[in-house]
Amino acid sequence: MSPEPVLSVRGLRAYYRTRHFGVEREVRAVDGVDFDVERNQIYGLAGESSSGKTTLIKVIAAALKPPLQVVAGRIDFAFAPNLLSLDADALAKVRWKHLSYIVQGSMSTLNPVRRIRESFVDFAARHLALPRAAFERAVAEHLQRVQLDPAIVRAYPHELSGGMRQRVTIALATICRPEFIVADEPTTALDVVVQKEVLDMMRSIQRGIGSSVLLVTHDLGVHAHLADKLGIMYAGRLVEEGPTTAVFAQPRHPYTAHLIASLPRIGDAAQRQPLEGNPPNLAAPPPGCRFHPRCPLAMDVCKREVPPMTSLGSGHRVACFAVNPA
Amino acid sequence: MSTSPLLEVDHVSKDYARGGLLSRHRLRAVDDVSFTLEAGRAEIFSIIGESGSGKSTLAGMILNVVTPTAGHLRFEGTDLAQIRGRDAHRRFMARVQPIFQNPFESFNPLKQLDHYLFITARRFVGADEAQAQRLADEALVKVGLSLAEVRGRFPHELSGGQLQRVAVARALIPSPALIVADEPVSMVDASLRMAIVNLFKTLRDELGIAIVYITHDLATAYYISDRIAIMQRGRVVESGDARRVLADPQHPYSRQLKGAVLQPAPGA
Repeated sequence: MSPEPVLSVRGLRAYYRTRHFGVEREVRAVDGVDFDVERNQIYGLAGESSSGKTTLIKVIAAALKPPLQVVAGRIDFAFAPNLLSLDADALAKVRWKHLSYIVQGSMSTLNPVRRIRESFVDFAARHLALPRAAFERAVAEHLQRVQLDPAIVRAYPHELSGGMRQRVTIALATICRPEFIVADEPTTALDVVVQKEVLDMMRSIQRGIGSSVLLVTHDLGVHAHLADKLGIMYAGRLVEEGPTTAVFAQPRHPYTAHLIASLPRIGDAAQRQPLEGNPPNLAAPPPGCRFHPRCPLAMDVCKREVPPMTSLGSGHRVACFAVNPA
Repeated sequence: MSTSPLLEVDHVSKDYARGGLLSRHRLRAVDDVSFTLEAGRAEIFSIIGESGSGKSTLAGMILNVVTPTAGHLRFEGTDLAQIRGRDAHRRFMARVQPIFQNPFESFNPLKQLDHYLFITARRFVGADEAQAQRLADEALVKVGLSLAEVRGRFPHELSGGQLQRVAVARALIPSPALIVADEPVSMVDASLRMAIVNLFKTLRDELGIAIVYITHDLATAYYISDRIAIMQRGRVVESGDARRVLADPQHPYSRQLKGAVLQPAPGA
């Protein structure tokens, strides 16, 4: 029997609902998402702008603010069943000790007027509950694990380079050894060379702690390098999911296939084509499969019905009528 | 009679003073960079560098918005430092057009896009109303859009990819000889990136426009460049034929850059 997943998302729908001057608008940012993240797994979630992945992160982080509302579905963590039903106090207990985040623009989330040591106190002291000397030793050891000189605890964020600040953010997110880490574009603003070092370091920390990571980025190169399992989001839905090697080697959904084929690679000068058209307007999405206006394989049924996620075996799933006829 | 090169960057350096008025600290953002783009043979010349490499400062000097501390830049034989007066500046700007990284920052969010294009046509080509519409439409068609799609729309109504195409259309209206594109696709979705990148190839091949393409992305540079120059802390560390340099980089920094590229293929 396979062990229980650490995260289980079912039927999740989250919309932005606004009403201005009597006009109601509903942006269906996440519109029916189901997936699991296993223990000790890096699950990569790929998608472009308006894919819904950023909204999905906010919901999983229980960082919901109007006009964002969960309209349907549930989120279950092994350590926090029915996350969406938890009140602020219960959430505070879960956060950082079990569930932590590395958010986009992490570099700006370190408090600029507090030294690094104080950020560790702010985030982790309560959870680690150690006497002062032991706490400082734990912080020093952990900083070394992310390849930082423990002396940087005396520094202010602006005294560190972008790469170093990102490592501090990762250290903060992992010092309590949480079971689950949500990472939203963790290396986007970093230089290529620093990015690779930081990603490799993230993986070694993850393997060391045995935590699971939901890694969200539009950058397929990052997923290829780090993700064990890859989910592709388009216009609020998951369109394909599977082991990373399988999805790259044999992308079954037309969107995935086209996306991977359009990426330039060093060593290959062959002409590449962009995807025709534009991502849909989520306030007025197309009926049926949301990809059909841009899909070279679109059939009549695609315009009417939403294709269900169907298993292709070996953990590879795809939602497409061309692959799995209705 | 031989023609002047299109662009000569001749031992150009740029220093910035750091600290206060009395500080002696100097930051050398660009350090003795030289290269030449020949006339009559349009090419895509990529400048690769990370942040702090000086690539954007170099772009600014080519666009004549930043003055070099040492060295000279010459466009079609004329030293940029000699360009004086509004008319001369406007003539230069018509010949050398920029494309910037963030399409949403390139346009006034309160201006309709077609108006933007008409204003460009009037300003650089002296077009009247009817001519401006025609030029705008022609430019948009070249980038795979049309005036009908863009008429009356504001920047926020288009995707980043579409908007960047409008930015290219705007740059084409004055019939430039050179386009300086600073990270033109890094904020555009991956699936739409190829539209802009392929467009640059078309501009070179069909319209004879030379392009200085500035990026940190080695893969797109490999895909479209004729020649590349790799910059580190203001200096060019390696340059030459794009495919050759990227297939087998010689300088340790070039090798480090290439080694850090994450190819979209697991286990690569």
